[in-house]
Amino acid sequence: MADAARELSANGASPGTPAGTSAAAPVGRPVGTPAGTPAGTPAIHIEHAAVAYGERRIWDGLDLTVPAGEFLAVLGPNGAGKTTLLKVVLGLERPSAGTVEVEGHAPRRGSQRIGYIPQQRAFDRDLPVRGRDLVRFGLDGHRPGVLLARRESRRRVDEVIGAVGATAFAGAPVGRLSGGEQERLRIAQALLGDPAILLCDEPLLSLDVAHQRIITALIDQRRRQAGTTVVFVTHDINPVLPYVDRVLYLVGGRFAVGSPAEILTRERLSSLYGAEVDVVRAGGRVVVVSPDDDELSGAGDGHHPPAVCPPETWEG
Amino acid sequence: MAFTQYLGLPFAQHALLAAALVAVACGLIGPFVITRSMAFAVHGTSELAFTGAAAGLLLANNAVAGALVGAVVVGGLIGAMGVRERERDSSIGVILAAGMGLGVLLLSFYHGFATEATNILFGDIFGVSSGQLLLLGVIAVGVTVAMTVLYRPLLFASVDPEVAVARGVPVRLLGIVFLFILAFTVTEAAQVVGTLLVLSLAITPAAAAHRLADSPLVVAALAVVFALVSADGGLLASFESTSVKPSVFVVAISFAIYVVARLVGPWLKASRRGVVSDGAETATKEAAA
Repeated sequence: MADAARELSANGASPGTPAGTSAAAPVGRPVGTPAGTPAGTPAIHIEHAAVAYGERRIWDGLDLTVPAGEFLAVLGPNGAGKTTLLKVVLGLERPSAGTVEVEGHAPRRGSQRIGYIPQQRAFDRDLPVRGRDLVRFGLDGHRPGVLLARRESRRRVDEVIGAVGATAFAGAPVGRLSGGEQERLRIAQALLGDPAILLCDEPLLSLDVAHQRIITALIDQRRRQAGTTVVFVTHDINPVLPYVDRVLYLVGGRFAVGSPAEILTRERLSSLYGAEVDVVRAGGRVVVVSPDDDELSGAGDGHHPPAVCPPETWEG
Repeated sequence: MAFTQYLGLPFAQHALLAAALVAVACGLIGPFVITRSMAFAVHGTSELAFTGAAAGLLLANNAVAGALVGAVVVGGLIGAMGVRERERDSSIGVILAAGMGLGVLLLSFYHGFATEATNILFGDIFGVSSGQLLLLGVIAVGVTVAMTVLYRPLLFASVDPEVAVARGVPVRLLGIVFLFILAFTVTEAAQVVGTLLVLSLAITPAAAAHRLADSPLVVAALAVVFALVSADGGLLASFESTSVKPSVFVVAISFAIYVVARLVGPWLKASRRGVVSDGAETATKEAAA
């Protein structure tokens, strides 16, 4: 699948993009820097945790242990608390009950151990910030001072931009880049801090299938080379299905954790939703038809159009 | 009197120095005003510096001190009422309307020189006393130091707030601190161009710089240069006229720079992107030039 990324960009899926991602050097990883979570410590450990906004309970009694180096996909309808889970791990949101540990410690806001790829946002077309400036924030954006291009910092920024195949467009203003190009830079930005844990919030949203493959392959490549734990929030499991170890499915305060084969079944999801749910497998793809759906969607969220669902699965 | 003779006079030297200080502060905050979509906040703060100035005139016969207090109070109010963009605009509108009304009321009780009142609105740098000049200098240095220290995290917070929060940048606090920096800068600029024309120094130079460059540092440098040329150029030009206020020349120059930048900008950016593929190299050369 990593080859797929190389092949796709070589075929010109993104014009002006240099072919592929360098497989020789670990993506965005300076030599000799320890990145992985210490052996024996889970990357993320959550016990009986609950999050509530006033009366509204997002989830309750959540138990989740993510071992270091795991690729965990987080699925569920809108409002199920997928983004909230990332915020709890980032230390931006406190659980109202239970315990949360990141590498054995309470979550700490601004931790260098975590790389964060947020949901895509539109940048103003004329914003005088280039792609490489956005990436550079990942290195020292939080430190006081003026943005000085010191040689060592510039070398690291160039290196990580090269590793995600963004060299050709990193000098252009971010507002003029496509969604796929911005997403590559987001990955570079997150990797610049050499994180042990990578939190991705719907990084594939609004990307076409070719770019979805490139982005997921890049993230998985980093995981394999540096032992980085990946928590990947998505409404469609299919693009990440080849890489996923386990799935966390959140629905209306309830949850299920397990391998995709265990969780993405009619029985498990029906009991999770408390209503009849259909799971259709066709052509290596998984499609979940949930009760809050008016339409089909790729395993998960009923509120997004089934963008990557081939028409023939609609009949199922 | 000839142009060069003016340059020998202390009041003219003071005015040029004050204008330069103001221009540097304005050039530094300008790019952030645009990035954070705060043009209306600048206008609102400056209108309310007018209210403060009117109160200052009435109570202590000191318009500058009054304007400073007014701008700081307004900065605090805007911060308290809503830092988010949408809330902010409506809350500024509300405060602006009420404050302007109060200012007009205060002025109707003021029986001093009528020119004092128009000076607040349209600026009169030549009327500033040496004591006030010192105050302006202190503020300008303060703004410059603050912007230098806060530059990187403030840019991060303005461009990419979600990741900035996750990386431990105090995004909300920075937003409020920036409001106060803005308030101080606006009060300063009001001394040169008047509360009604503050945008000509706080926004126009930065908007012109936006048109010409992609790199945030180059934009900041250009904005400072354009503000300097506008402010001091406007003062120098006004020596030749006895009837037209300096602020008119300041506005004219900054607007002319903007128009030229708008015309040249697209062509300049396109040719640069076409010729040099590595944006960083270009930016560094520009910054050094």
